[in-house]
Amino acid sequence: MNFAPDTSLDIAAAVNRANGVPSTTKLKVEKLNFYYGDNHALKNINFDIPEKRVTAMIGPSGCGKSTLLRVFNRMYQLYPGQRAEGKILFDGADLLSKQLDSTVVRSRIGMVFQKPTPFPMSIYDNIAFGVKLHESLSKAQMDERVEWCLRKAAIWEETKDRLHTSALGMSGGQQQRLCIARTIAVRPEVILLDEPTSALDPISTSKIEDLIDELKQEFTIVIVTHNMQQAARCADMTAFFYLGEMVEVGVSSDIFTNPREPRTRDYITGRFG
Amino acid sequence: MDATLSGTQADQALASAHKPTGKVSDPIFVGLLWASGIFVLVLLGLIIAMLFEGGLPALQEFGISFLWSTTWNPVTEKFGAGVMIFGTLFSAIIAVIIALPLSFGIAFFLTEIAPGPLRRPIGVAIQLLAAIPSIIYGMWGFFVIVPLMAAYVQPPLIEWLGPIPLIGALFQGPPLGAGMLTAGLIMAIMILPFITAMFVEVLESVPPMLKESAYGVGATTFEVYRNVSVPYGRTAMVGAVMLGLGRALGETMAVTFVIGNATRMSASLFAPGSTIASTIANEFPEAAPGSLKLQSLLELGFILFVISFIVLALSRMLVRTKLKG
Repeated sequence: MNFAPDTSLDIAAAVNRANGVPSTTKLKVEKLNFYYGDNHALKNINFDIPEKRVTAMIGPSGCGKSTLLRVFNRMYQLYPGQRAEGKILFDGADLLSKQLDSTVVRSRIGMVFQKPTPFPMSIYDNIAFGVKLHESLSKAQMDERVEWCLRKAAIWEETKDRLHTSALGMSGGQQQRLCIARTIAVRPEVILLDEPTSALDPISTSKIEDLIDELKQEFTIVIVTHNMQQAARCADMTAFFYLGEMVEVGVSSDIFTNPREPRTRDYITGRFG
Repeated sequence: MDATLSGTQADQALASAHKPTGKVSDPIFVGLLWASGIFVLVLLGLIIAMLFEGGLPALQEFGISFLWSTTWNPVTEKFGAGVMIFGTLFSAIIAVIIALPLSFGIAFFLTEIAPGPLRRPIGVAIQLLAAIPSIIYGMWGFFVIVPLMAAYVQPPLIEWLGPIPLIGALFQGPPLGAGMLTAGLIMAIMILPFITAMFVEVLESVPPMLKESAYGVGATTFEVYRNVSVPYGRTAMVGAVMLGLGRALGETMAVTFVIGNATRMSASLFAPGSTIASTIANEFPEAAPGSLKLQSLLELGFILFVISFIVLALSRMLVRTKLKG
């Protein structure tokens, strides 16, 4: 089932009512189709992602939710044979346009992966790496930026005395928060989280979830998750994907308590997936 | 009691069911495996012992200064390994310096840039370079590269860079064509496939997610390569270079053709010289059994063995080291 644009505007309005703070559409997906070679992985996707909200994408493995995430920051373009058709409007400008440089897209739409991926360098340099690519900061400004994003990622207290030691020596949960800090450091507008807690223990997971709640004050967050409790806890809006189609999208509380589509209901009640 | 008995019987039945097949053949098989393993160690030990023992009289005659003495005079029977050790290291280092950037480029091109259909042909072509016998490289170097170097490469370099202080010393002497640089160049082509193949392996072992993370903060292909892929595989890459160096140190035929075979030491890249391997290849036929010259050549062989052993051991160690936290 596909949503006409006016329906998705209703959804943004519903999200606004649910949160009490107005939000506009940050990313607008229009008639998006995606192919891995001949495999049609996303079929005519239309939906809106509201600004400074958490939008969760759920669905069984292979449903296309991670693929959509990788279209948002054009990561798919690294691989020949993968192509997207349609539009993704980012504040009104088409993200998929060839005129737009993918490094610029990726600096404005950051991404955190399933597993922590610290670079083989110090904690400080892990953060400075991305910043240096886009801005030339003085040493003092850089120190400030590093502290700012480590504080935002709630990991400053644990790392301030070991900024210049290797990031590979941190625990998995710390590494993942470092990866979030690294993403924030570039000051993106959107943060994509691809199952960010799937490799973490429950305590680290709950820290990341608290962090997501904090971060939505400033950033638009899109999270892919297999954990439906996580989607219900963190997300303002949830979209359910199945076999490359977006089946249903709506305010999370509606999706999880009162889904309109039988396939959504079957999935969230655990009948398949 | 019955239960115990039947249990014992069952054990016996089980044991006898397994005995016949392996009882005789297995110890023989295991013995053969032990023998194969020990054979390698014995062989290696015998080679070292033979080289050491054969070269010992030369070491006794000339003392430890054999290692740095630059005299090699068959007429007066004064021998020293200095020129050859210098030539071996100098030419091998030139080879690595030339091969390293090329290998980086090819490996990066193959793993990141080359479109799918082009990867295999280029990869196979590089592997084929390794399949060419070294004597072919020697002849090609002698008939093609040496004249080219003498006519087009060396004269302008001598003219332009020769007068510069310090680095000018590298570009002195007549443009003979044959010499250290030519030998290094030929060896660079020969070790290129090995270094490249290992670089490709290292670069392919970088987790895609790690590279995507770097792309994810807006890095370009080159920035990802320089700041993430290469640091990730740094240790293994150093090991690969050492392995290439090890091969260059022992290379004989191709070098003998193009190095000029002079037993003089010069800092110039264009000066003819000799390596341990080329000296042995050149002089062995003229060394009488039991002569001091033969003993000196055997001692040279021992020195080469030790140098190669150290370099290869070091490279193995580094290649195996995985990046740790």
